[in-house]
Amino acid sequence: MEHNIYLYILIMAGVSYLIRVLPLTLIRKDISNRTIRSFLYYVPYVTLSVMTFPAILEATGSFYSGLAALLVGIVLAWCKRGLFQVAVFSCLTVLILELFL
Amino acid sequence: MKKENIICYKKGIRHGIPIALGYLAVSFTLGIAAQNAGMTAFQATLTSLLVNASAGQYAGFTVIAAQGSYLEMAVMILIANARYLLMSCSLSQKLSGDFPFFHRLLVGFDVTDEIFGVSMAYPGRLNPFYTYGVMTAAAPGWALGTCLGVLCGSLLPANIVSALSVGLYGMFIAIIIPPARKSRIIAGLVVVSMLASFLFAKIPVFGFLSSGMRIIVLTVVISGAAAILFPIPDGEQA
Repeated sequence: MEHNIYLYILIMAGVSYLIRVLPLTLIRKDISNRTIRSFLYYVPYVTLSVMTFPAILEATGSFYSGLAALLVGIVLAWCKRGLFQVAVFSCLTVLILELFL
Repeated sequence: MKKENIICYKKGIRHGIPIALGYLAVSFTLGIAAQNAGMTAFQATLTSLLVNASAGQYAGFTVIAAQGSYLEMAVMILIANARYLLMSCSLSQKLSGDFPFFHRLLVGFDVTDEIFGVSMAYPGRLNPFYTYGVMTAAAPGWALGTCLGVLCGSLLPANIVSALSVGLYGMFIAIIIPPARKSRIIAGLVVVSMLASFLFAKIPVFGFLSSGMRIIVLTVVISGAAAILFPIPDGEQA
């Protein structure tokens, strides 16, 4: 089946908006269920990890430059560098390495 | 408009400018991802204006690239943006009660990691006009960067595009690693998630799962298991 790109965009926008606005309008109290709170707490870390790896290995021209970008990013983030710096240095790693590969 | 609101709005714009600059760089790589998924500059920019979510949009582009079902798209966005659900819960406590209800509908439009961050740091109860100011500066940066990413992504030499395409992953890493450093549980989760994701991608048995479905299934299973095995202590702010 052929999918309409604007319908995709509409779904993305609609679901994103509902996620943000429903808690603001409906839930005025803190969520008290411990398991639900824990689940919501862990979701971002798991989903970002799954999206990053192994996709980063296939994003660049070579497997090795992707791996190097991952390692550089992890080391910099571990050393408390900000979001912007980590992103820029990951890119630079790939750029420099691919001059030699 | 009340004078106090105007002051808050202007302050918001000032705080939003550095956010806009960061967005410009990150959304540029998002634009490249959009182009790889076969989207035009208009479509990608429209998405950025309406969705305002890095991981969410990236996940959405994955579904578009794979021509996944509409249901898969909805579930994917729900999972990738689930953290905004939590942020909006916190924000609902922070918003001043002196403003009419429709302000909650507007503030909800652009809850992102960064805008949530500065809004929560606002002293006392939040004046929504402050958040509007931040949005006024930040949202165009996000859209413009995406647009430039699609347009210039195709003009740039292959090695530059190759380098820029890891920018978004760099940003994801910058979000997950600092908490992993503080908490062994999160560190373990990051490792387990990456390993599982790698296995699911490489073992042919799981080949029937699209990349979008893989992310959803792994997120629900691993986060669910972690919530049961390691519930967060009461009172800890998520």
